[in-house]
Amino acid sequence: MSTWNDPPGGFHPISAPDFMPRKQLAALQLQRLQSVVARAYDRVPLMRSRLDERGLTPADVTSLDDIARLPFTVKTDLRDTYPFGLFASPMEEIVRLHASSGTTGKPIVVAYTQSDLDVWSEVIVRAFVACGMHRGDVIQNAYGYGLFTGGLGAHYGGEALGATVIPISGGNTERQLMVMADFGVTAICCTPSYFLHLLESAKETKTDFSKLRVGVFGAEPWSDSMRERIQDESGIRAHDIYGLSEIIGPGVAIECTEQRGLHVFEDHFYPEIIDPDSGEVLPENSEGELVLTTLSKQAMPLIRYRTRDITALVSEQCACGRTLRRIRRIGRRSDDMFIIRGVNVFPSQIETALLRVEGTLPHYQIILTRDRGLDQIEVKVEVTAEVFSDEIRKLESLQHQLESSIENILGLRVKVTLVQPRSIPRSEGKAKRVTDLRNL
Amino acid sequence: MKLKQLSLFLENRSGQLREPCEALAKAGIDLLTMSLADTSQFGILRFIVADPDRAKQVLEDGGMIVRITEVVPVQVQNQPGGLARVLAVIDEAGLGVEYMYDFGSACGDGTAAIVFRFEDPDTAIAALQKAGVRILSGEELLS
Repeated sequence: MSTWNDPPGGFHPISAPDFMPRKQLAALQLQRLQSVVARAYDRVPLMRSRLDERGLTPADVTSLDDIARLPFTVKTDLRDTYPFGLFASPMEEIVRLHASSGTTGKPIVVAYTQSDLDVWSEVIVRAFVACGMHRGDVIQNAYGYGLFTGGLGAHYGGEALGATVIPISGGNTERQLMVMADFGVTAICCTPSYFLHLLESAKETKTDFSKLRVGVFGAEPWSDSMRERIQDESGIRAHDIYGLSEIIGPGVAIECTEQRGLHVFEDHFYPEIIDPDSGEVLPENSEGELVLTTLSKQAMPLIRYRTRDITALVSEQCACGRTLRRIRRIGRRSDDMFIIRGVNVFPSQIETALLRVEGTLPHYQIILTRDRGLDQIEVKVEVTAEVFSDEIRKLESLQHQLESSIENILGLRVKVTLVQPRSIPRSEGKAKRVTDLRNL
Repeated sequence: MKLKQLSLFLENRSGQLREPCEALAKAGIDLLTMSLADTSQFGILRFIVADPDRAKQVLEDGGMIVRITEVVPVQVQNQPGGLARVLAVIDEAGLGVEYMYDFGSACGDGTAAIVFRFEDPDTAIAALQKAGVRILSGEELLS
């Protein structure tokens, strides 16, 4: 993708679709919806059988409202077809694979053609522009590089914007601060909790980050009060970016400088809000589960993908002039998944890890805390008669085995605490496995 | 010769020791000796009572997890070098001590009793007896 000259006022021509009249946008969406449904039907056996079961063909999509007749796609569909079962392009056309954590130790794999990568870069450019970034910005990209989509997504988007990208990846706070000061960093991408950690360390070490102007924070839930704290303490403007690997990665929606909800890049990702129990589409401004359809994805088109994120769609015109509808900041989910340090975690993954060590599932509780801006997981595990030993070293070894078993599955360090039997509260009905004390 | 010791898992926070002790008190069970091993997170209470099986039942009824382990009470001269002599025998036999604690030194005859948890109690008993170290019986200690 070529870089663009910045016209006066900071408008970037690549952002033109953000301001498209709604009618014109709807026509574009319908055209893209029809072609993506046809692509999925022709090339993905699961999609074809789902439509066939309902007696539908791509030709039945004649208006945008018809999307409600199409079947949902869910996360387990990606797992069940692991690794490549939902791909709609031959490997010769797939230029990138990413993967995110799965529920049984197997990751979920997502694929991109060159055209998909171009769309991804485009939406990141549009997101960065909406945050007031431009050519000449020096971006410290502290999202993790690797299978996780955060690092490379922000990286290529930043380059496509024409900014200077520092691919520092996550971790090593000391080096992050040195780079921030010495390279004159003006924008940073990372998780909000990691930025708070950087901020505290910067104050302790009296690091100069006076040039830093914008933060693009995502990959984990955060709140308006956390934003206020970041903005007050750092003097930068903090933006929420939303995305998920299944759809494309970061860059599905972005907060503009008005900071009142996240604009969805609707020309590429069609949003609906449904009742998570009935599956019925809900009217605007109602809270429900966000469902997304990839309108332009080639390698892995997803029709009506259930994100499990709870939000509401707002169509009221934004003061920034963008015609794209907004979603409210995502605060909770309709399942028991939680996000920690950018990693999606299901309690069932922790169960798998505990089972591998102990053979039977002990009572356990997951406690999430935030210590100086860094998210921590503690897993309390009740000691059972089967594993109890009267020797300290055997219990300590059990504790370490549990920790490394969980780390092997999640890729995250966790703290395991052995607790007395019956000390974890039993709940009526569905066990509440996760206690989130992070004050998001 | 070998004695049944009870072990109990405790979290390392205040008040945790009270519950098992109260449960035993209620059942009229006397603690003859005890030792507490602890880490920053948890501890193991090890103790000896006259009727270990009943004590185990009482604690398990209270929802606690109890393990019975065999330990060896050894007579030690209650004077400098008394314990060192016993440890030398064990070391020279190539045996390991998991842990040990005092059973009380109030025996009037100038000896003390030390409770040992050996990796291999039977070999340890044989080696100690061969070296002339006396292994105490349950009756001697519990009377």
